[in-house]
Amino acid sequence: MQREAAIREPLIFGDKSYQDITNDVVGPIEGSAPRTWKILVTLTGLVALYGVGCIMYLIGTGIGVWGLNKTVGWAWDITNFVWWVGIGHAGTLISAVLLLFRQKWRMAINRSAEAMTIFAVIMAAIFPGIHMGRLWVGYWVFPLPNQFGSLWVNFNSPLLWDVFAISTYFSVSLVFWYIGLIPDFATIRDRMVKPLPKKIYGILSFGWSGRAKNWTRFEEVSLVLAGIATPLVFSVHSIVSMDFATSVIPGWHTTIFPPYFVSGAVFSGFAMVQTLLLIMRKAMKLEAYIHTKHIEYMNIVIIVTGSIVGVAYLTELFISWYSGVEYESYAFINRFSGPYAWSYWIMMTCNVISPQLYWFKKLRTSLAFTFVLSIVVNIGMWFERYVIIVTSIHRDYDPSSWGEFHATPIDIGIFVGTIGIFGTLFLLFARFFPVLALNELKTILKSSGENYKKLHNTDNH
Amino acid sequence: MDFKFEGKAKTVSIALMVIGIVGLLVGLFTSGGDTHLNQRFWANLLVNGFFFTAIALGALFFYALQYAAEVGWSAYVKRMFEAMFVGYLPIGLGVILIVLIAGQAHVHHLYHWMDSTLYCEYVIEADGHAHCAEATETGAVLNTNYDEIIANKSAYFSPLFYWGRTFVYLAVFLIFARLFRKWSLEEDKEASIERHFKVHRRSALFLVFFAVFSSTLAWDWIMSIDTHWFSTLFGWYLFSGMWVGAMIFALVSILYLRTKGYFQDLTQSHVHDLAKWMFAISMLWAYLWFSQFMLIWYSDIPEEVTYFTQRFFTEYKTPFILMFFINFAIPFYVMISRDAKRNPYFIIPTGLLIFVGHFVDTYLLVIPGTMFDHNHFGLLEVGMFIMFLGLFIFSVFRALSKAPLVPKNHPFLQESKDFHI
Repeated sequence: MQREAAIREPLIFGDKSYQDITNDVVGPIEGSAPRTWKILVTLTGLVALYGVGCIMYLIGTGIGVWGLNKTVGWAWDITNFVWWVGIGHAGTLISAVLLLFRQKWRMAINRSAEAMTIFAVIMAAIFPGIHMGRLWVGYWVFPLPNQFGSLWVNFNSPLLWDVFAISTYFSVSLVFWYIGLIPDFATIRDRMVKPLPKKIYGILSFGWSGRAKNWTRFEEVSLVLAGIATPLVFSVHSIVSMDFATSVIPGWHTTIFPPYFVSGAVFSGFAMVQTLLLIMRKAMKLEAYIHTKHIEYMNIVIIVTGSIVGVAYLTELFISWYSGVEYESYAFINRFSGPYAWSYWIMMTCNVISPQLYWFKKLRTSLAFTFVLSIVVNIGMWFERYVIIVTSIHRDYDPSSWGEFHATPIDIGIFVGTIGIFGTLFLLFARFFPVLALNELKTILKSSGENYKKLHNTDNH
Repeated sequence: MDFKFEGKAKTVSIALMVIGIVGLLVGLFTSGGDTHLNQRFWANLLVNGFFFTAIALGALFFYALQYAAEVGWSAYVKRMFEAMFVGYLPIGLGVILIVLIAGQAHVHHLYHWMDSTLYCEYVIEADGHAHCAEATETGAVLNTNYDEIIANKSAYFSPLFYWGRTFVYLAVFLIFARLFRKWSLEEDKEASIERHFKVHRRSALFLVFFAVFSSTLAWDWIMSIDTHWFSTLFGWYLFSGMWVGAMIFALVSILYLRTKGYFQDLTQSHVHDLAKWMFAISMLWAYLWFSQFMLIWYSDIPEEVTYFTQRFFTEYKTPFILMFFINFAIPFYVMISRDAKRNPYFIIPTGLLIFVGHFVDTYLLVIPGTMFDHNHFGLLEVGMFIMFLGLFIFSVFRALSKAPLVPKNHPFLQESKDFHI
């Protein structure tokens, strides 16, 4: 076994054994639901129901119930879409890219981050779906033969590329997540006493036997999926950015968009992971597995990606001036001084300035501060998309058709509703699924567990 | 075992320099009919100056990244990267400085914006010189050289700001390179966890500088050649090229040194990881190249697309397209398998091919905007490349011999030596 350097901090605290890890993760699933969980799920469920109501009203009445108009034909709908897709980035980054980088700390967080990814992508898919107006012909987005009565899709359109990118991403993430769950479901199955749950977890675990052959295949398929998922981390948000960047709208058309969107997505995804995990570790007593060091590493990812995003903002600003193109310059002057300047400055403060506070070790290791800042970043990243989308199109080449966008209660209701649906799904996950990859965690116990590290360092060999 | 720079390696690098210089001189003296010879010489000096300096900068970046990210596996081979920036960075930055000074002294015309007559709309002719003037002044005439787009950028290209920036880049890179080397040698003498964490923090600081300067120097030194043109992605795209160049050179050198009996604790896992980087950053480069190209091509906005028409519908077409496919498809198809990444017979030919591929990339960044349709490719170009290659190898290997090949007392050293996956 590979010996870890002494100066690395342990990843699992306390005097844990393999048995303890199983108990800590599976215990909450076996017991009855705690009160706080019931309260929370009722709350998010109500918000979700309200959102579903708004969506039904929208479908029944028409897209006109949103605040869209002739000038601003895309606003909260696509903002929410990009925001959710962005949040859906962290899971795959953690499970795939960090797997390739052999970052062991990912094992404590990958399961819930992947679950979050899947739920976030589902939330994202709602928006283009309901924006189509006629949801029942939604399958027209796929290239179906003309006999179906639809027109052949436009392969030149980045919106179609998006359909492929997101559906591929969703499928791979789902498979990746599920493969990881199989051995853990088997562990739960083996412990369950009641026949019905035992049966259900038995089916979910696909007859996992825990033999060496199972494990070899498990590891092989994980690596292959990581290899497939890594380019997907890049492609999804690159293609989302091309929805804008292939156009000739100043503020949308800029070549830095693909990598900058990817970085922003990772940034917002990690912020959402922090928001959820900081609550979960407390509620489910997982402090030994997800502790300050994990939070610090994630905060470092946030500062790196936040700074990359900051460099991109400043690059865009600089080039808009440097280009000498009148429209290009105006688009950016309008951003920071026009009617939507407030949203620009919210974005700048939340995304560029506030993450810089993490340079102080005291702040990036403070859990309370991290929680607050993770929400700040989530807000900032929503505004980033709002700024890009609304401020670029509300004043374009032709001043006679300039206009403004005002959100309606339905706009707000649907957005808040998706947060409710997302929260409900995540709570259900936390209740019935192993929230830590317990079998993977066991593989690092002897190299990175606190008790074992101490042992290694004292006998010094 | 410490590395001794002698025998074949030394002979070959010196021979490369000599052959290169001879080729360059023959090229210069046999191109008497070329009326653009001066411009051609300087343009090639910038190509080579930038290409090799970029590799050294890539090594500096990668080195800092290893410390900032608490990387364990690379500790065993860190001296290779160290030698690349310690040995070549001062020389390379010197070459770039010479090109820039010569440009400012109007010895060549690589940077059109350095022409001071472009900036005034009206001029007054007096004692043989044209001076800027207000439109209302008596004797003021329209300046036929006036370029509104460049004049708009005058704040950015004002000599004070431009040279100030340039010297800040040079100072920051050289100071950090020196400090990293100093701390590294100190660690060999005496272990200290505090020092290690100091390097960790300073590396993060360097990365902040580098994040900004890698973009701005790309604008200042390369993008400003095509003065009217602009692309927000340009800096990141050049940065990926720097990085991949550094990974290729380091990996091929390490494999070579292993055959000579050095780096005996190098495991297949080290080779695999280094090759993964070469593969991954090749893909990053291709991704950024394609993103920039595709968005500009798709939107087809005249101000932007001119850059690619200049490379697509001219004599540069073949190398331009070939370069992209070599730098993307060759590493993709050859290096994607795990076994290839552990096999020197796959790594070295691929590495050398894409090394040349990235040289062509740099060549096409500079030449079309400076030589237009007057370009020639001959002994001068080949000779200069060979000379710089020899110089690069010589200075890097000499720096490598100045310190123990494997660091001592590095806290991750044991972890790196035990490295098997």
